[in-house]
Amino acid sequence: MKNYVAQRLGIAILTLLGMSIVIFVLLRLAPGDIVDILFSTGGYVNADERKAIMKELGIDKPLVTQYLEWLRNFMVGDLGKSYRYDQPAWDIIRPLIPVTVELAALSILVAVCLGVPTGVISAVRQDTGLDYVLRVFSLAGLSMPAFWLGMVIILGLVSWLQWIPPVTYVGPRENFWLHAVQFGLPALAVGYRSSALIMRITRSALLEVMREDYIRTAWAKGQSERVVIWRHALKNAILPVVTVIGIEFAFLIGGLVVTENVFNLPGVARFLVQAILWRDYPIVQNLVMFIAVVVIFSNLFVDMLYGFLDPRVRYGS
Amino acid sequence: MAASPATVELPATTRAALARPGALTVLGRFVRKKPLGAAGGFIMLVITVTAVFANLAETHDPIATDAAQTLGAPSAAHWLGSDHLGRDVYSRIVHGARVSLIVGLASSVLGSFFGGIIGLLSGYAGGKTDLITQRVLDIFQGLPLLVLAMVMSAALGASIENVVIAISVPIIPRAARVIRSSVLSIREMQYVEAARAVGVRHLRIAFRHILPNTMGPFIVLMTAQLGSAILVEATLSFLGLGVPEPYPSWGRMLSVSAAEYAQKAPHLVIFPGLAISLAVFGSNLLGDALRDTLDPRLRGA
Repeated sequence: MKNYVAQRLGIAILTLLGMSIVIFVLLRLAPGDIVDILFSTGGYVNADERKAIMKELGIDKPLVTQYLEWLRNFMVGDLGKSYRYDQPAWDIIRPLIPVTVELAALSILVAVCLGVPTGVISAVRQDTGLDYVLRVFSLAGLSMPAFWLGMVIILGLVSWLQWIPPVTYVGPRENFWLHAVQFGLPALAVGYRSSALIMRITRSALLEVMREDYIRTAWAKGQSERVVIWRHALKNAILPVVTVIGIEFAFLIGGLVVTENVFNLPGVARFLVQAILWRDYPIVQNLVMFIAVVVIFSNLFVDMLYGFLDPRVRYGS
Repeated sequence: MAASPATVELPATTRAALARPGALTVLGRFVRKKPLGAAGGFIMLVITVTAVFANLAETHDPIATDAAQTLGAPSAAHWLGSDHLGRDVYSRIVHGARVSLIVGLASSVLGSFFGGIIGLLSGYAGGKTDLITQRVLDIFQGLPLLVLAMVMSAALGASIENVVIAISVPIIPRAARVIRSSVLSIREMQYVEAARAVGVRHLRIAFRHILPNTMGPFIVLMTAQLGSAILVEATLSFLGLGVPEPYPSWGRMLSVSAAEYAQKAPHLVIFPGLAISLAVFGSNLLGDALRDTLDPRLRGA
């Protein structure tokens, strides 16, 4: 087990190193250099000023030096300085994190609460009308852009309930219910979309387990449907579902990016979009790297979780 | 010289049974067995026809503005209403089908193609080559598809070609995974061993003997990626990182105008979003059904 963890950790770190190179190179793919892009809207910059700016941003050094410096700074938690705000990036990002974490947690909750039961029902009633309805329902969720779903929800509230959701962030202590609604609606939009994957995996995993002998035994013993399915079958079908929840995490961040924008929530994802639109590259580079770290470690965590959920899984060898 | 054997005249019923089923029969069977998939295929057919004949299907010039018609509700003249510049929403959606379909198809084909080749070579080579390739692909897969596409699109600058590149690159590792796993099982087949034994070169085995047998998963993969490519294009355009003006794009139709005028003109939000959802829904339905039909091993995956 210890060896396995060490090995996985090593691979994770190597992957992250590779990612840092990819991200670094990607942001330098832009034709022309960063100063041109930054100041193309600001008008003419003379040669001396230009040199000074490049020096200040540290982009007058060779690429390799720049890369190594960035990596060193990132490791000690120095996320650099925002071009636009002229203040340390970390100071800007830190207050945004709880917003995104709360929204992500709520979205996963919605996705699981929606995905697992529909998946179970759909598997138990395989090939009936209900199964078709649920499958179309979940596929529809997968097909609708999360940002559009968000817009439609807002539109519906405005036109039917004559109620406009708050346009600025409301803290949980300020007004708990307003806060709950403010986060609940986008979580619904993102969660519905993510529930589709969970539903499909639950359905197919359960269908497979339902063919096992021990399930037939349980039926033969005369146990109720509720006990057979929820206690016996689901327990063994849940492992792939947990994997998907891990994978979902990356998928979820994609959904958050646009949903935070639509609902005007001051989270990390909305900030990333703004930074990209402003070509605030130090921020983009660090935020994307930050997302990569979160994704890689959440995947690692899910893999480790297997051992606890399923004693049949043995690590190492 | 032996006399050539007389040809045996088979009874008509036997011949019919031996003949390969015609295209229509196959299609009919697909429709009966997979009604949802057939519905998806139909949706995609309608969208494709609309995209190809957009110039005939339009009722107005999609980029012509009309100050007298700003934010008009759906009417006889403007079936789906008009936007903040008085442009006809219906005609813009019809032309938007072109952009969505071209970008979606191009990026899923490109991504699946390059991913497929990488997966084929990596799976066939095996050993260290395979291991290293897989680790490199892991790097690209660790980032959310949308985030990678966003960053690439921003770095490359807005144009249709760059959007296609930005969407297809994140598809490559996903495609490589799928093709590699089917190559791994085909590689062990006896006919591959036989080809090797008579001295066929490796590259020829990979491309002539193994590649054709991965066509099932490949088609499934492309259809599945089509939906997500259309969705990513819409999202990029919505954020202002996608297809530039003047091309009407579904995603961009939803961005500026729609959000601002949503209350006064809800049709600006509803219809372009419905178009995106329908296109993605159609390709997802079709993809699922094709997967069940062509590649039963992937069922439920």
